[in-house]
Amino acid sequence: MSEIVENPAHPEEKEYTTLNLGPTHPATHGIFQNVLKMDGEKIVDAESTIGYIHRAFEKISERKPYYMLTTLTDRMNYCSSPINNMGWHMTVEKLIGVKLPKRVEYMRVVIMELSRIADHIICNSVIGVDTGAMTGFLYIFQWREFIYEIFENICGARLTTNIGRVGGFERNWSPEVWTKIDNFMRDFPEALKEFENLLVRNRIFMDRTIGAGPIKGDRALEYGFTGPNLRAAGVDYDVRVMNPYSSYEDFDFVIPVGQNGDTYDRFMVREQEMWESLSIIKQALAKIDRNDPTYHAEVPEFYLPPKEDVYNKMEALIYHFKIVMGEDNIPVGEVYHSVEGGNGELGFYLISDGGRCPYRLHFRRPCFIYYQAYPEMIKGGMLSDAILTMSSMNVIAGELDA
Amino acid sequence: MAVATAENIKTLHDTVLAKLKEKFADDVISSEIDYDFPVFVVKRENIQNILKFLKEDPELNFHFLTTLCGLHYPDNKGKEFGVMYQLHNMPKNFRIRLKAFIPGNDLEISSVTSLWATANWMERQEYDFFGIIFKGHPNLKRILNMDDITFFPMRKEFPLEDPTRDDKDDTMFGR
Repeated sequence: MSEIVENPAHPEEKEYTTLNLGPTHPATHGIFQNVLKMDGEKIVDAESTIGYIHRAFEKISERKPYYMLTTLTDRMNYCSSPINNMGWHMTVEKLIGVKLPKRVEYMRVVIMELSRIADHIICNSVIGVDTGAMTGFLYIFQWREFIYEIFENICGARLTTNIGRVGGFERNWSPEVWTKIDNFMRDFPEALKEFENLLVRNRIFMDRTIGAGPIKGDRALEYGFTGPNLRAAGVDYDVRVMNPYSSYEDFDFVIPVGQNGDTYDRFMVREQEMWESLSIIKQALAKIDRNDPTYHAEVPEFYLPPKEDVYNKMEALIYHFKIVMGEDNIPVGEVYHSVEGGNGELGFYLISDGGRCPYRLHFRRPCFIYYQAYPEMIKGGMLSDAILTMSSMNVIAGELDA
Repeated sequence: MAVATAENIKTLHDTVLAKLKEKFADDVISSEIDYDFPVFVVKRENIQNILKFLKEDPELNFHFLTTLCGLHYPDNKGKEFGVMYQLHNMPKNFRIRLKAFIPGNDLEISSVTSLWATANWMERQEYDFFGIIFKGHPNLKRILNMDDITFFPMRKEFPLEDPTRDDKDDTMFGR
């Protein structure tokens, strides 16, 4: 009996507990399994198991025409699916060489920045919930709702939006959309300010988050971090600035960076990014002529014609048939396009052999790449910090497992 | 930070090609510019050294592995499989793509986990889907699929739909 209680040969050898955090755990906001080796409440070692909601998107995309793949991208980072949709549209546009009118590009910028705000609202308010502050979460979620109403008005869907098409938008924005965006722009800054008042200089929040789950800049680069998590570690890499797409070069904004790469810095970088997004939207709205009827590029071979033209015009009927049947002339080639998604560089590597479906489509999913640093980041910390670290990394199960 | 214009990409292509030719003359098979990326096809035997050189060269300094993915071309005899690496030098905004092809009967290539920690899961993913063995990987096991499946689903011969069904005919509108 005494051997079990105490190992006399190795008195220094500690007894560790193995703890299964997940696969489904209410605090991890998704299906993540981590097997933790614990010394009391301290994490000694961790191992992540992923793939619980793997849906073989890369394989499915080898059997679906280009326009059908937009719905798959929705289901990756579903907190900001419009960014994924537009990233995919831009990849195809790059392959076929379509140049969009400026107005459409600015409209895309508005949508992408709105969804970035929605994404950061979820992430930041959930960090608050994990530290025990429910109020901010319940309060600011209303604004995410308003953003979803804008999406609903444009494309008919809220979460998995399937917004836009290759070549532009499916229809021009209605007057209600503009009103809703204006209302949002008018009222959101005040709400965000109040949300920040609840958390930013909150003693309890700061004590819980400063120093929790830190990562150094060079280590983050080795681990392939991108997006807010990398910027929180002090590296000012942003795809929107480095390789501008959709006319981001026309806008004036700041890339916020952190210093320590801990939970608090990640929170603050996201907060600051929301302010920058608001400024970008404001600039874009000033550039868009609301009465201009342009909402797509003139590429009849790739952009579906209006339905009444399909019934009444020969050419439109031919184009409609060719697009739906996947008989349009997709060039042979390889293209990589990346956008600054809600949580990092979302890349699409597309190989086309001229067929109706991609020959190979590889998604560079930021979550998948940086989540492998998670065990290293939580080692030596407390279990409660591990929960915070995960929510502040903004790991989205759909994107992780694709 | 340089904007990736056509001339910049051409210059980058020429610089990298010259450096690779000087150091690894026998290993560079071909190079081209595909859209906005210089692409280099190299032999798989020396891939780790080539990537190490590109990472550590003071002028090029490709310190960031953006992504890595497997390729399968069943009709290219002798080089059925491949691995694509995409590297990035953030301060100078240099991006290049490297490809190494592997014969289907000897699916081995050196792992680059010693150069970039991020290659760990990326390589596991490509092992999981294509069965490419990354030599020197610390923990090469399946990542997204179940541990006990016996096939590699991203290979072209693996059917997406149940092959026993005969009510679906794709001869007209297949890929």
